Amino acid sequence: MFANLMAWIEKRLPLMDAMNKHAAQYPAPKNFNFWYVFGILASVVLVNQLLTGIWLTMNYEPSNEGAFASIEYIMRDVDYGWLLRYMHSTGASAFFVVVYMHMFRGMMYGSYQKPRELLWLFGMFIFLVLMAEAFMGYLLPWGNMSYWGAQVIISLFGAIPIIGDDLTLWIRGDYVISGATLNRFFALHVAALPLVLVILVFLHILALHEVGSNNPEGTDIKKPKGSVPLEEQSKFQFHEQYTKKYDIVDAIPFHPYYTVKDLVAIVIFLIIFCWVMFFAPEGGGYFMEAPNFEPANGLKTPEHIAPVWYFGPFYTVLRVIPDKLLGAIGMFSAIIVLFLLPWFDRGTVKSIKYRCTAHTVNLMQFAICFIALGALGTMPATPINNMIGTIATFGYFGFFVALWIYSKNEKTKPVPERVSG
Amino acid sequence: MSNAPVNNGRRRFLTAATSVVGGVGVVGLAVPFIGSWNPSARAKAAGAPVEVNVSKIEPGQLIRAEWRGKPVYVVRRTEEVLAALAALDDQLKDPESTEPQQPVYATNAYRSIKPEFMVALGVCTHLGCAPTYYKGNFEEQVEGVADGFYCPCHGSKFDMAGRVFQSVPAPTNLVVPEHSFPSAGTLLIGVGPDASTGDA
Repeated sequence: MFANLMAWIEKRLPLMDAMNKHAAQYPAPKNFNFWYVFGILASVVLVNQLLTGIWLTMNYEPSNEGAFASIEYIMRDVDYGWLLRYMHSTGASAFFVVVYMHMFRGMMYGSYQKPRELLWLFGMFIFLVLMAEAFMGYLLPWGNMSYWGAQVIISLFGAIPIIGDDLTLWIRGDYVISGATLNRFFALHVAALPLVLVILVFLHILALHEVGSNNPEGTDIKKPKGSVPLEEQSKFQFHEQYTKKYDIVDAIPFHPYYTVKDLVAIVIFLIIFCWVMFFAPEGGGYFMEAPNFEPANGLKTPEHIAPVWYFGPFYTVLRVIPDKLLGAIGMFSAIIVLFLLPWFDRGTVKSIKYRCTAHTVNLMQFAICFIALGALGTMPATPINNMIGTIATFGYFGFFVALWIYSKNEKTKPVPERVSG
Repeated sequence: MSNAPVNNGRRRFLTAATSVVGGVGVVGLAVPFIGSWNPSARAKAAGAPVEVNVSKIEPGQLIRAEWRGKPVYVVRRTEEVLAALAALDDQLKDPESTEPQQPVYATNAYRSIKPEFMVALGVCTHLGCAPTYYKGNFEEQVEGVADGFYCPCHGSKFDMAGRVFQSVPAPTNLVVPEHSFPSAGTLLIGVGPDASTGDA
């Protein structure tokens, strides 16, 4: 009976075939390591954000008068309201943790290189939308840091010559940040951007499955058809979409092998997540900032306006450049150069394991600069901080320049044909 | 397909014509979506001029008025403060107020209509924070200067005419909004002496 039903459906919509193609018969390299769990973790957090977000809208009131009070209402009067909100707010920070790790993985193993440029671009667009989501979401509690943070970021658009002032007026929908701004940010945060985000994630995964996953060795697990003796090919059955064009080596089906492995990662991740959520939901003032516990007040600037930690790196770049327009250009450039990474890297060897020593040093200094920029972004702008920030900004952009130069004629180590062991 | 009797020229023309008409439609359709983000009639009404009684301000005192949700600083400057302004010129970015940060009628040495009253938005031109008024103790920030404004966010400094000091992040002087004095003790923020109401 059930089998008949499945066959009936399959004939009309090949669901099982799609499941096989993308999970049970999808060839994934057998040598994935720790760094390869963050994509799945990002999906877990996405689902968490969507679910808790929908539930939060049921009690949230996007208005100048009601927003702050409705958050207090959710926290105090709604059953489990505090839990849903902390799941959402902790999820926001967790999202950036896993996405930054995911991106760093891609940089280490050259997962952005040919033929995965488009995959990287979709990923970067996801990152961009995620930042917009986080920025707009942070306005919704309508606390004083929400208000002034948005004030700072929206006024960046005012730095654009000629149209700047009209553009900021249009974005705000008022002469100041007001209920009008709050309402449109709410609409974008809960409807428009999540829709875009989900579509981008879908495209990101489709693009991944078209070109296949990279791996820590940076080898290709798809060899030309007929080039590998049968006994050396992977023993598993893979979907004919992959096998009709290639001989698959060193691969295992994504399900159940990696789903089970990822499950372990998810459990560990959730333990850490729950610890933060239950014991430190404010993240020591970095996930939720103290001034945000008083309502938005356009006449009272918080003593020290700091972004949430995940915007720290880009905020520091903005701040260390003494000119307003150039600062804004610098900040956006810091994101744009990441988009262009596949073209800054002119090398063909993917994994850091087989690239030149200069590359390892360069990537490490980039990571240190990025973390330094992030830390500085949450600190006051003192002369010494500005000096360190300037150095780190040079380090950040210097990574791309240096990569472009040495990757042309790079002295690399021989890359093995196959994954060993 | 290839051997079907097709008039390619006509097909191309029809495709192009349809695309153009469709494109115009898309542009037309975008108008309401983009236009709805403009300030609404209610927001515009809330941005109407604000009247402030300035007759009771003590010399040296600052009062804050709210206009379009922004703080407007009104300071009754003393003779000493006014006299000290000219000496600062070489420490400022734009001592002559060449940037259009004030209406034409306030483009003068004091950046005001009446020298006595400084009227400026209390919004730092760097990233929109509210500068703090240092009355008599501005020495902490700028040596040899008694009064001024200091922005706590990123350390921008302004003198008692809202003019920005050199080597601070704020690019320009504080904005002087359109304002006028309909009668001796009344300040009207948002309308100039010639009844103009543009954004300053």
